[in-house]
Amino acid sequence: MENNNCFHCGDDCGNHSISFQEKSFCCNGCKTVFEIFNENHLTCYYNMQNSPGAIPKEIEGKYDFLAQENIIEKLTEFRGDSIEIATLYIPHIHCSSCIWILENLNKLNPNISDSQVNFGKKTVRVTYNSETTNLKSVVLLLSSIGYEPYISLDDFNSGKKHINRTLIYKLGVAGFGFGNIMFLSFPEYFEVNEFWLEQYKPLFRWLMFAMSLPIVFYSAQDYFISAFKGLKAKMLNIDVPIALGVSVLFIRSTIEIMLDIGSGFFDSLAGLIFFLLVGKFFQQKTYEFLSFERDYKSYFPIAITKINKDGSENSIQVYDIEKGDRILIRNEELIPVDGILINGKAKIDYSFVTGESQAVSKDSGDKLFAGGKQTNGVIEMEALKSVEQSYLTQLWSNDVFNKNKEEGFTSITNTISKHFTITLLTIAFLATAFWLFMDPSKAMNVFTAVLIIACPCAIALSAPFTFGNMLRIFGKRKFYVKNASVIEQLAAINTIIFDKTGTITSNKDSNAEYDGDLLSDSENLVLKNSLRGSNHPLSRTLYNILQENNIITLDAFEEHIGKGIEAKHDAVNMKIGSASFVGNPNRSTVLNTTVHVSSNNVYKGKFTFYNSYRKGVSKLFNKLKQQFDLVILSGDNEGELENLKKLLPTKTKLIFNQKPEEKLEYIKFHQSEGAKVLMIGDGLNDAGALAQSNVGIAISEDVNVFSPACDAILDASKFEQLYSFISASKSAIKIIKWSFVLSFFYNIIGLYFAVTGQLEPVIAAILMPLSSISIVVFTTVATNILGNQLE
Amino acid sequence: MSVIYILLSVSVVLGVTFFVIFLMSVRSGQYDDDYTPSVRMLFEDELVKEQTDTIKQTKTD
Repeated sequence: MENNNCFHCGDDCGNHSISFQEKSFCCNGCKTVFEIFNENHLTCYYNMQNSPGAIPKEIEGKYDFLAQENIIEKLTEFRGDSIEIATLYIPHIHCSSCIWILENLNKLNPNISDSQVNFGKKTVRVTYNSETTNLKSVVLLLSSIGYEPYISLDDFNSGKKHINRTLIYKLGVAGFGFGNIMFLSFPEYFEVNEFWLEQYKPLFRWLMFAMSLPIVFYSAQDYFISAFKGLKAKMLNIDVPIALGVSVLFIRSTIEIMLDIGSGFFDSLAGLIFFLLVGKFFQQKTYEFLSFERDYKSYFPIAITKINKDGSENSIQVYDIEKGDRILIRNEELIPVDGILINGKAKIDYSFVTGESQAVSKDSGDKLFAGGKQTNGVIEMEALKSVEQSYLTQLWSNDVFNKNKEEGFTSITNTISKHFTITLLTIAFLATAFWLFMDPSKAMNVFTAVLIIACPCAIALSAPFTFGNMLRIFGKRKFYVKNASVIEQLAAINTIIFDKTGTITSNKDSNAEYDGDLLSDSENLVLKNSLRGSNHPLSRTLYNILQENNIITLDAFEEHIGKGIEAKHDAVNMKIGSASFVGNPNRSTVLNTTVHVSSNNVYKGKFTFYNSYRKGVSKLFNKLKQQFDLVILSGDNEGELENLKKLLPTKTKLIFNQKPEEKLEYIKFHQSEGAKVLMIGDGLNDAGALAQSNVGIAISEDVNVFSPACDAILDASKFEQLYSFISASKSAIKIIKWSFVLSFFYNIIGLYFAVTGQLEPVIAAILMPLSSISIVVFTTVATNILGNQLE
Repeated sequence: MSVIYILLSVSVVLGVTFFVIFLMSVRSGQYDDDYTPSVRMLFEDELVKEQTDTIKQTKTD
């Protein structure tokens, strides 16, 4: 076989591939999945996409909690006598093969009657017979074929989700009315004085009136509500002139048809609201597979195994954990509460919490904090606090998490609307005053015409279309922004604060430097080969850094978990691992992670690991320093201070040893001094800072994996382009300003007709859609040009 | 010319009918997922028959 990649998951098989039916697999797990599919005639899975699968994980006992009634109740959306429906989130869904296999689940388990995938949300909705099977076996089936669902504490709380479709309904009503009213007003446009048309005019007009009712009172109600709220808060937001224009349009048109003076402006009215709603709809770009609202609940398990006094085990809901409970944490499980380690070797990965990728070893009696993930076998611990009182989860009791960032931020549209509304009213009153002297009969006509024609539809559309399109452009470049207002706030930033670990450093690879006596060739050979046999993360990293060597068979190899490796080949007997294991004579306290080496019981030296910074960090900082104040705010120790000083521009502030609350307070303090802060972080420990900042961006190596609540998610591979994204946001503001100029131009033409008292319905019906459409075209073309420059 | 009443009512009834159909389709969740159905419609219904072809294909790879 020319390429040695796994037929199922596409990983490199190395030189220990497993052959089955002339296909190679990287592990038994992948082979088993293939066998399952093969037996059930589902190998079509591999035809649509090459190597679509994932390696099934070890899940022994992990889903025992799914047998509990109260948990099933929360997770299912429907429970009948014999039928249950559950929607499960599966992060691995990524291609058409995934959809196909998941929708054919009934071939694997006939008790599943239906399964339906939502690709955008990465969910599968499974309907199964609860008499013959249960939720647990469905989840186990999914896990066994490599599609392990992600079930977290979040699912337990949220319950049944409600989809809000009001905007689509409103848009539908407005679109329906707009089209039909346009039809009915056609005869009026051409003013054919045909006898029969004259005869039926009132009927046509009253039909239009009837159709405009739902538009004004249903579709447009948000504008009235928002305008009322704005006025109450003494703010002239953009919805004030819109609401004014809509009411004047409606009242004048109704009076006109009642008194039979004219046909009214129902067509313009319907068109106006339809276009405004289209703008709103367009701005609503959502990334269904991403969530910007995550807190610790999305990371935490629903249930955990509790060890009773008599030694028996049962699973309990994590909220039910009480102080003093003994709990069992399996390999790859998350610690839900603060506690003390009782039994077992703990190797805790705190990367969820701190972003630090290196696991920490703990011995019995040591304190464990919630949020860590056990990576080394089974441990037993005693809970010291309940879930809500744990150190990490307490961060979420801070007020910041209940605050809405958009409040207290005046958008560019509302800023201009204030001046616009005042000018508009002045013109309306001046024109009315003028006509009162010249020809009082026309005065009311002119007053209403000014308010109608100047209705700021085009202004109100500029921002939604510009930002909406920018959201899509950013999304294509893997910068996922929560909503339009974030882009606007991003353009106003003057201070950028970075977290260190996981944000400007990469979790994937690090550098190691050797310090000590030179190793002989044979020692190097043994070192490399013994690392090859170890699965410890540090061994894997070091193995990848060291030079290529021949592969030899070691005479003896033993891995001491939590300590190191011992290996023997010919006359060389090496120990690799912690300082105490190897027997380092001088125990200096170093801040960095180290791996020590000894040969034949003689201490040789140590490898010191340094963070490896992301590509282009230095370049990015140099670009950013001209416009922004830069700060590094790290929860880590000062071990990297010298390295960072060399790498970053001199005026960058470097602050270490910051707790999550301290990060939050630091940002709060600078905001009180007028700074507009952009926080860039990755771990849950940055969650407070991300929420406090004006814009919080989470860096993510894999956007399907979880990132804390934030305003935007940036794919780690695009980190270097941060500067381009910020400048693109600034250009977007410029585009909006230009489109304001364009819409003022239309307004002046319209006002000329209005002030001189010549506004005919047909002119309004042409001018309004024309101005709206040209604004849409202008902003779309301009943002696309901007997007092309981003490359 | 009173035929205009018939024409008008037909046009309004048609319009309203389509509008109601639209509302019903939104309600049923048809617009909630706009990607998966486009993939789903390309799948074959029955796969056991294809099984033999599948093996042949992969063998020649």
